[in-house]
Amino acid sequence: MIATIGFYIFAVILLISAAMVVSARNPVHSVLFLILAFFNAAALFLIAGAEFLAMILVIVYVGAVAVLFMFVVMMLDVNFAEMREGLQRYAPVGGAVGLVLLAELAFVLGGWQFHPEAAALRLSPTPTNLSNTAALGNILYTRYIFLFQAAGLILLVAMIGAIVLTLRDRRTVRRQSIARQVARQRSETLAMVEVSIGASVAEIGVLTPLPEAEPEVEAAHAAAHGAGHGEHADMPHTVPHGAEGH
Amino acid sequence: MGGFFSTVAGQIILTFLEALALIVPLLIAVAYLTYAERKVLAAVQLRKGPNVVGVFGLMQPFADALKMIFKETVIPAGSNRVLFILAPMITFGLAVLAWAVIPVNNGWAIADINVGILYLFAISSLGVYGIIIAGWASNSKYAFLGALRSAAQMVSYEVSIGFVMVSVLLCVGSLNLNDIVLAQRNVWFCVPLFPMFIVFFISALAETNRAPFDLPEGESEIVAGFFVEYSAMAFALFFLGEYANMILMSALTTILFLGGWLSPLPFAPFTWLPGPIWFIIKILICLFVFLWVRATFPRYRYDQLMRLGWKVFLPLSLGWLVLTAAVLMATGWLPHAA
Repeated sequence: MIATIGFYIFAVILLISAAMVVSARNPVHSVLFLILAFFNAAALFLIAGAEFLAMILVIVYVGAVAVLFMFVVMMLDVNFAEMREGLQRYAPVGGAVGLVLLAELAFVLGGWQFHPEAAALRLSPTPTNLSNTAALGNILYTRYIFLFQAAGLILLVAMIGAIVLTLRDRRTVRRQSIARQVARQRSETLAMVEVSIGASVAEIGVLTPLPEAEPEVEAAHAAAHGAGHGEHADMPHTVPHGAEGH
Repeated sequence: MGGFFSTVAGQIILTFLEALALIVPLLIAVAYLTYAERKVLAAVQLRKGPNVVGVFGLMQPFADALKMIFKETVIPAGSNRVLFILAPMITFGLAVLAWAVIPVNNGWAIADINVGILYLFAISSLGVYGIIIAGWASNSKYAFLGALRSAAQMVSYEVSIGFVMVSVLLCVGSLNLNDIVLAQRNVWFCVPLFPMFIVFFISALAETNRAPFDLPEGESEIVAGFFVEYSAMAFALFFLGEYANMILMSALTTILFLGGWLSPLPFAPFTWLPGPIWFIIKILICLFVFLWVRATFPRYRYDQLMRLGWKVFLPLSLGWLVLTAAVLMATGWLPHAA
């Protein structure tokens, strides 16, 4: 009784929101109606006793796919007036395609037949001693494992295709290599400078930018180190070296 | 007693009372979590924290609530009015909705459903809508940037949370939260699945937009992120939603890894405390770590956040899932679902 009332409520909302998806003026509203449609479909699954499918529908379609839809649609800069301009021009073509699809659907439904065995199976869709999650698992991962894997491979190919199409190597992007940062040694970045009392900052050369870890700069380091404290005459020498290193 | 409560009307009233018995303590807990956060942060930073309103500042949450209620609700002129008001409701509603399946003691859940863990996962994956709708409906660039950040972040970390949940489910053989806790009678899952425990907790931080992953509301770069245009009670609802989500994630960590309502050791001094008390103690410990992390770590940079989610946690959790499955198969410990 309650299930029947629930079915009609959810089915009606599902159909209305599906119609609103295509008729809403604002694309963001369309996506929101799509989400409402998903929710009602999930509720219908629940009424049919397929709680696993209901949850997966919400997790996959509402929680992931529709979020990405929303993400894209929100960032689109669509001029709605311009979009509606072509409506009358394209209406006949669209209508024709719709008619063809409708005719095909009619043919399929007209020629629909149940194998007598299948009709019998339909009466007991889930084995009674299994929960419906376990039953689904048995069918997907045990009986039809190869078909399942093949479907997975096809999806993988589609994903790789999408990545290949959009991936480009941009030279301007600065990337962080954490492994390189972690492997950095103290000797590459630190220059120990012995400071003599009373020497000015320019004389010591502390303000020079840190040199890159490159062999010729290493040599400059060695020179700086070699020039011990007290030999002020050598100090200005290191400054241009450091600047060149950059 | 049994007569009335077994009728349809009785069932509805009973469910309503059960929900009330859960939601009222939850809301009080949320209020005092804001207080606890300020006190913990203050203690870490050698300050006193709120200490003026009431004894030890204990009435501070109520003072804040009153202030929020009496402020003016401002709805920006360029905003999408309906969605603007809907967004905080979604955020807070979802955070409360998820508690329907949380078992506080053996069998003490309002809805003890077969696919409880999937329900929780579905609810937590919906949480992003409150934020993304708020960001879009505000018609403000900062709010929008915050919403985009948060959508990308929450979707990324959900993937590894999903894999962590699957490795727990493999060890349990059931999607029911009650069964998940009962399966930890011998050893809590945080011991054999320790790396997953850590991955789950860090992902929970990212999923609730808490520090060090609070980029969606990074106040120094995008003023306050997705709720920059909100004021008064709508703003408060976002805040309450965030804290309710923290409590929810702590409860989920407790159920998946810390043995839910089970006592640490199954004999005398530990079993004196009833199950719900243990459950609350474990949640409080998790919550303290949430606050402690906030006081300790600086905010992540956005590319580092994405790298952590996709290049570190995803391979790690996927690899650990395969390892778990392989070990269970090899040792014959794989539980068979009834």
